[in-house]
Amino acid sequence: MAQSITRLSGVNSLSGTIPATNIANSTFDNITALPSAVPTGKPVLLSTATASASSSIEFTSGIDSTYDIYKFEFINIHPETNNVKFTFQSDTGTNTNYNQTITSTDFISQHNETGTTTELGYAIANDQAQGTAFQPIGQLIGNDNDECAAGTLQVFQPSSTTYVKHFIANTNVYRHDNYSREHFTAGYFNTTSALTRFRFKMSSGNLDSGKIKMYGISA
Amino acid sequence: MALTRANAVTAISGTIPASFVANATVANISAVPAAITTGALTLLSTQTASSSASISFTSGIDSTYDSYVFKFINIHPATDSADFSFQADTGTNTNYNQTMTTTTFRAFHNESDTNTSLAYIAGEDQAQGTGFQNIANDLGNDNDQCCAGTLQIFKPSSDTFVKHFISRFAVYKDSDFIRDEYCAGYINTTTALTRVQFKMSSGNIDDGIIKMYGVS
Repeated sequence: MAQSITRLSGVNSLSGTIPATNIANSTFDNITALPSAVPTGKPVLLSTATASASSSIEFTSGIDSTYDIYKFEFINIHPETNNVKFTFQSDTGTNTNYNQTITSTDFISQHNETGTTTELGYAIANDQAQGTAFQPIGQLIGNDNDECAAGTLQVFQPSSTTYVKHFIANTNVYRHDNYSREHFTAGYFNTTSALTRFRFKMSSGNLDSGKIKMYGISA
Repeated sequence: MALTRANAVTAISGTIPASFVANATVANISAVPAAITTGALTLLSTQTASSSASISFTSGIDSTYDSYVFKFINIHPATDSADFSFQADTGTNTNYNQTMTTTTFRAFHNESDTNTSLAYIAGEDQAQGTGFQNIANDLGNDNDQCCAGTLQIFKPSSDTFVKHFISRFAVYKDSDFIRDEYCAGYINTTTALTRVQFKMSSGNIDDGIIKMYGVS
């Protein structure tokens, strides 16, 4: 039909078709994004950073009240230096000190390739009591060509201005001396200021390679 | 009212009757357009056990995703006290005997409230072993007994690094315990993994659903 809407017989009812060109999003498939208010319940990939002989990796944008939980995934984190820790810290506003106060716990389960040693134990060297250092979430990582670490870190409501910010990490490490070592790290940033940025680095040397992805999750 | 023409000009005012409009309410919309990215967790495959000797995922595991997550819904064994286990393989091979070094520990508590523990379980780990890795142990096969949990495998397509995995299960044990079982390790190969198989240590997987997701 060439015409658009016509008045039918001088009465108030109309017949005809509104041309599609006159309609925004005239088909459902024209819609390419959901309003941010719509929670999908799934993690939304916000940012991906790839290490390449990097002294550190920072996520400095996109961390705000949009999401209740921010989840980081670590894919094959490979250190330049042998026998190092993979660590993280956070900061507020546009600050770059990365020295927020943390109280944390860490325990590990490990087993060596020769089958002679197993352990489930608290890793006292990796916890903090109101410390401001970078928090280890993987320890003793080897730098042989096939050695790396992988896992996840969740930070809960970093934008809160009322509560501390809890975090939970779970990583698995190929130790420099050929163990499989699983870390369970948790704690809280003891601040009621909103956290806006995170930095990841090794305890010594560069992040030789690996990928870190940041997701937002709506509750 | 319906639409009216205002003052004999082309501008119109009023309301288009809902009966003239496709998808007149949000409830009429039953699917999201493909162009919308709804999240980073993409369901790739669902398999339902029905007296199955094993369940294998042999496609869709490649470099498309950096990690793959398996979710296990009410896995019920045919045989009492069976262990639920997995292995992986490369290419189109079906040996499912990749080398692994793994760790396992668990917390448990019985229904009669007389026994609790948190301990490393040496009998369930592997040191450069090639067996199926138990990720849920001593499952009961009473009608209401089953296990549920998750397994994440990181970058199975890597041809440089070993392949780390992490799993956690809640198990209704044969002797009426709840067990919270943790297993992690690495599949010690630099060849890309393309397939993963799940089976019981004894007997069939009587019932249950396994879903495989890719994480973008």
